[in-house]
Amino acid sequence: MLPLKEKDKPIIQKLLVAGCCARCILRFCCVGVQSAYRQPEQVTLQEMQAFVLKGENEKVQDPAAAASTGEDNNSHDAAEVLEGPPCKRVKLDPGDHADPSEDEKSNLGESQVCVACLGILQDLCGTNQAVKIADTVKAQKYEFDSLVLSISLPAQLCVREHSCWLHVKKEVREKGLVLDKDDVIQVKEAFKWIMQSLVAKELGGVAVVGKSGFEVGVEFTHPETDSDCHFLAKVCPDCFKPTKNKQSVFTRMAVVKALEKISDDKFLKQYPCPPARPACSCVPQDVQCLHVSVFIAGRYNKFCRSLPQTPWLIDGERRMESSVEELIAAPILTAFRAGGFNFSSSGREDVDVRTLGNGRPFAMELQNPHRSRLSKLEMKELQETINKSSDKIRVRDLQIVTREAMGRMKEGEEEKTKSYTALVWTQRPIQKEDIGFIDEIKDLTLGQKTPLRVLHRRALAVRQRVIHSMNARYVDDHHFYLRLKTQAGTYIKEFVHGDFGRTKPNLCELLKTDTDILELDVESVDVDWPPAIPE
Amino acid sequence: MDSETQKDTELEPPSIIDRYYTRWYRADMKGQPCEDHCILQHSNRICVVTLAETHPVLQNGRTIKTINYQISNGCSRLNNKVSGKSKRGGQFLTDFAPLCRITCTDETKYTIYSCIRGRLLEVNENILERPNLLLEKPSTEGYIAVILPKFEESKSVTENLLSRKEFESIVSKRDQQPQAS
Ligand SMILES: [Zn+2]
Repeated sequence: MLPLKEKDKPIIQKLLVAGCCARCILRFCCVGVQSAYRQPEQVTLQEMQAFVLKGENEKVQDPAAAASTGEDNNSHDAAEVLEGPPCKRVKLDPGDHADPSEDEKSNLGESQVCVACLGILQDLCGTNQAVKIADTVKAQKYEFDSLVLSISLPAQLCVREHSCWLHVKKEVREKGLVLDKDDVIQVKEAFKWIMQSLVAKELGGVAVVGKSGFEVGVEFTHPETDSDCHFLAKVCPDCFKPTKNKQSVFTRMAVVKALEKISDDKFLKQYPCPPARPACSCVPQDVQCLHVSVFIAGRYNKFCRSLPQTPWLIDGERRMESSVEELIAAPILTAFRAGGFNFSSSGREDVDVRTLGNGRPFAMELQNPHRSRLSKLEMKELQETINKSSDKIRVRDLQIVTREAMGRMKEGEEEKTKSYTALVWTQRPIQKEDIGFIDEIKDLTLGQKTPLRVLHRRALAVRQRVIHSMNARYVDDHHFYLRLKTQAGTYIKEFVHGDFGRTKPNLCELLKTDTDILELDVESVDVDWPPAIPE
Repeated sequence: MDSETQKDTELEPPSIIDRYYTRWYRADMKGQPCEDHCILQHSNRICVVTLAETHPVLQNGRTIKTINYQISNGCSRLNNKVSGKSKRGGQFLTDFAPLCRITCTDETKYTIYSCIRGRLLEVNENILERPNLLLEKPSTEGYIAVILPKFEESKSVTENLLSRKEFESIVSKRDQQPQAS
């Protein structure tokens, strides 16, 4: 039985005439009983018509029904009150409500599409839709335990809702003093109440809940009434400023904002109340599935001096055939069946620099993964797949992490130390004794102007960086290996060649000859995240 | 591959200029004989303005008396400040914008020009303290200024400049002619 009360009658009557569907009328009567929305819309309509009619036939009942309206209409009590004799009487007398129903229909004209929900709570809300949603989800073979249903409605629905609200505002307020526009059940809400259980059933009992990492989106458009919003732009131009990403300025947010600002008088002058009847229902768009990102982390080695960390593009053209991130990402995307990724790492090396030792911590966001849970064993196998796929890189400590944990990689990055080995060329011939003094230098503070090679994309500044220690290993009279332990963010190449004297002191000054760097290896990146995984 | 690199470098000393920069020249700047400028353009479009080795400042054992970045009463290149990634606030220079004036101890005076259009990022304050840097290392530590051409002009800014080959042929022809001065 519908949890309706005597004071709902004027609302019902007005909205029936205006062309609202039975479910929308329940919404405007602020009925919060979910089951009332789940029964077929035609049944609800018939019951509603009978309810209104019964009131007209039996004015005697009025005082009793009126007495009950002070109660919370959303409560179980209210529903029980309505299961009293009057409703039973209507049920017993089918002929009585069949006739007015016919009358109503002829009054409404040919279109049966609701002026408030544009059909969303009518034919677009039922088993057919649930099957369509479930089929899409099944076809994409997602792995998930629960899903959340999200719904995107045309913005003009807000305008129509507002118009309907103004139409019955007086009656709703009379029904309960504290009732306001916010107490009207939203189309979205009613849609979910009806659809959640239907979708759950079609998917074999999967939990359809309010919050889940797996979102199934249903979108409706209604081109016929798109222009409903346009008058708002004239009334409230501030709310509709063009933005780069949006196709239309009439976003739901902007329309809601404009409706909050506009006075009732102004609205009523520019927009029909109740809204005009639509010729057809909303158009359902493709069902969109989106799984929340999965985050993974690990450490990588780079053994190649012609491999950039990320794809290297100059004037839109690729310079190198591959990159560290692509080599790592390809097998991972396959395993998680993810749609895309974001790669980040604790610093980065130049294309011609190798990263040895334990490697460089990295993390990846995997977007829209169709699979989100891999066991430790599966992760280990995935790591092996990556390592077998290329000898240019190697990955270790590969693991699934949380989004929050990813922050640990970047945090304190500046304070961390990094170790390098550089092959240095000297212009002046050297002997072993000439470079011995280098080993004695401790905590040398450099002033580094932003290197010319990155100055085009970074701000100009002088940065203080510390070289904690150095060790020189003689090779021949023009070469030696220089090991350095430095503060993260130290530019090693510039320390060696001096960058036009813009890094001071530099190795040229220390050795009193021109020096250049021929090779550079990162030996260690001392960041203790992600945790090591024993082999 | 690594050992190959090493062998090559033993035969021929490496140079960061050759590795990362393209040399562009302007000869006889503003009709002044031999006042040649050299622009080092990095592959990232940054340009470093330097004196070409043929510039009179570097000839005849001249020594420098003063270097002055104050190019007029109202404008000093030393006041140039850029901020942020977009280098806001930097002075915008055209091809013939003067950068500094050099006076040698023999009282010869020379003006150094930007040679390319772009935003001035920095001038070399080190040569104010140690003018000899300019004489000893004119193409590295003795640079004059760093200029960032507009992104859309990064190719066209060097159109009016000479390539190294063109410049060398001009210099060799010039050497064959009797000098006016
Ligand atoms: Zn409706």
